Amino acid sequence: MNSSTRNMYPLAFLIPAALVYCTFFLFPTSMAFFYSMTWWTLDDWEFIWFENFIQFFQEPSLRIGFRNTLIYAFTTMGGKVVLGLILAVFLCSKIRNKDFLRSIVFFPALLSTIAVGFTFSAMMHPTNGVINKTLALVGIDGPNWLGDAKIALLSVAMTDIWKGVGIATVIFIAGIMAIPTHYYEALKIDGGNAIQSFFHITLPLSRPALNTVVILALIGGLRTFDLVWAMTGGGPGFSTDLLASIVYKQYASGFFGLATAGNVLLFLFVGLIAFPIFKLLNRKEVDL
Amino acid sequence: MSSKQGDVMDQAYQKDSSMPLDTMAEKKKVRKGLFALESIAVLFAIIFFGIPFYFVIINSMKDSAAAAELSLAWPETFQFLANYKEVLMLNDGIVIRAFINSSIITVSSITVIILICSMAGFILSRRQGMAKRLNYVILVGLMIPPTIVPTIWVLQNLGLFKTFPGIISLESALHFSFACLLYTAFVATIPRELDEAALMDGCGPINLFFKIIFPLLKPVTSTVIVLSSIQIYNDFENMLYFFPGAENATVQLTLYNFTGIYGTSYHLLFADVILISIPPLVLFIFFNKKIVDGMTAGAVKG
Repeated sequence: MNSSTRNMYPLAFLIPAALVYCTFFLFPTSMAFFYSMTWWTLDDWEFIWFENFIQFFQEPSLRIGFRNTLIYAFTTMGGKVVLGLILAVFLCSKIRNKDFLRSIVFFPALLSTIAVGFTFSAMMHPTNGVINKTLALVGIDGPNWLGDAKIALLSVAMTDIWKGVGIATVIFIAGIMAIPTHYYEALKIDGGNAIQSFFHITLPLSRPALNTVVILALIGGLRTFDLVWAMTGGGPGFSTDLLASIVYKQYASGFFGLATAGNVLLFLFVGLIAFPIFKLLNRKEVDL
Repeated sequence: MSSKQGDVMDQAYQKDSSMPLDTMAEKKKVRKGLFALESIAVLFAIIFFGIPFYFVIINSMKDSAAAAELSLAWPETFQFLANYKEVLMLNDGIVIRAFINSSIITVSSITVIILICSMAGFILSRRQGMAKRLNYVILVGLMIPPTIVPTIWVLQNLGLFKTFPGIISLESALHFSFACLLYTAFVATIPRELDEAALMDGCGPINLFFKIIFPLLKPVTSTVIVLSSIQIYNDFENMLYFFPGAENATVQLTLYNFTGIYGTSYHLLFADVILISIPPLVLFIFFNKKIVDGMTAGAVKG
């Protein structure tokens, strides 16, 4: 690159973006590491080392966030991957109404999470809800979806899957459509059946799409706040409290240092889970 | 990038449907099986995805008592206009104010995002060394959620907490990584010879970017507009943290006006759900392909 071309691409063009990104994202994020070790009231702070973190691990109402977040992230990810893949394979086959079905599956992704949360809490109402009334028609006594501490988290996760499976599906469709058709033709000539074509061609060759879905769904699941907030507010008890909702609750009660420690733990959690999986998935990618 | 992908998809469709089948009998059998499969699929789609929509729409038109039953029954008395009017008139039109606030935030943030991210993407794409060094710094923005208290602290010290400039800058910062990566990838498809030709003709960097490069970035710009506007419009979390206050209502927060300790006014809640879902629905109808292409960008190449 000679000096005249260098002048064509001045670093000054990066300044506005750098200013906004650093001031409003990178700077507060790095300051979080410092303030997570303080007792903080915004006007004043006192350095207390790792006490906030210790409290986070000791108090059961805070510690439960790690377990719930893990369960939530992996359940929603699994649901989106499996259902998304099934729907995508189905929508790539020779059926009519393909576009209609794809649109109807995808549309919930564009809706407000809060609106979806309120709608599903109404449908999951233990006595009046549409779901339990339908189950009663076939003689099943439906559970208290959001009121039973054992299944409330899974009920929220199911709503998340309902809302997010459309994105997973369109990503898988793009991946499957990019597979050259001559692979399928070769398999057909060799007398392979549909199951073989799925496991030996579609699944391995849509690997990049799978990676994208896994990473997006995991990161989305780990940082979920709004759906839980709209549907259960963390309850009953603390059974659906995720890390993000715990952080918000601590902030709302004025424990700023503790909330910031929770934020730092949330980053580390996202980093420690998403990053190795990202590396692992990329290493296993199939070469064509 | 996105339009190319669309072409590949179309071609695959065509190839797929023109594949010849061996015999007539087999064809018939396959057709029958497919028809059954299709019917089941449509039925499932209607049950799982249609019923929630039907439920919200039908209950938004019932009176207070009937909507509280949360049933799928057809309304005995229609209160369509009355319910929607009540939602819009509530608290001197807080919902209307929320629509105005959300529109201001969405439009301004997108303008800032497009401007700063296209400039950054252009430089990062042309200076590969720079892009490599900054790669992780940008990726962090995709993964990590914003911190609550430190961000409020920064906004407060700048005098921007609970103000429009504050929330607009923040939304721009949070959408920077995604838009910047899209722009960087797209600029790579514009030949460098174009820059050199412009240089020969005595074009400076500012003219080169705004008069030549930026117009060519239109496909990405429209993807960024559609995707970011849906995300910012639907944003609840950041509005709750960083834009609180009664006069700072935004659309997602208006839903909380109809729930409360004395019970939920379901007929009004659902009418509000419908009202705030109209903008994404309109975008979806007009930009369906753009949205899908934007969301699947990178899925094929990883």
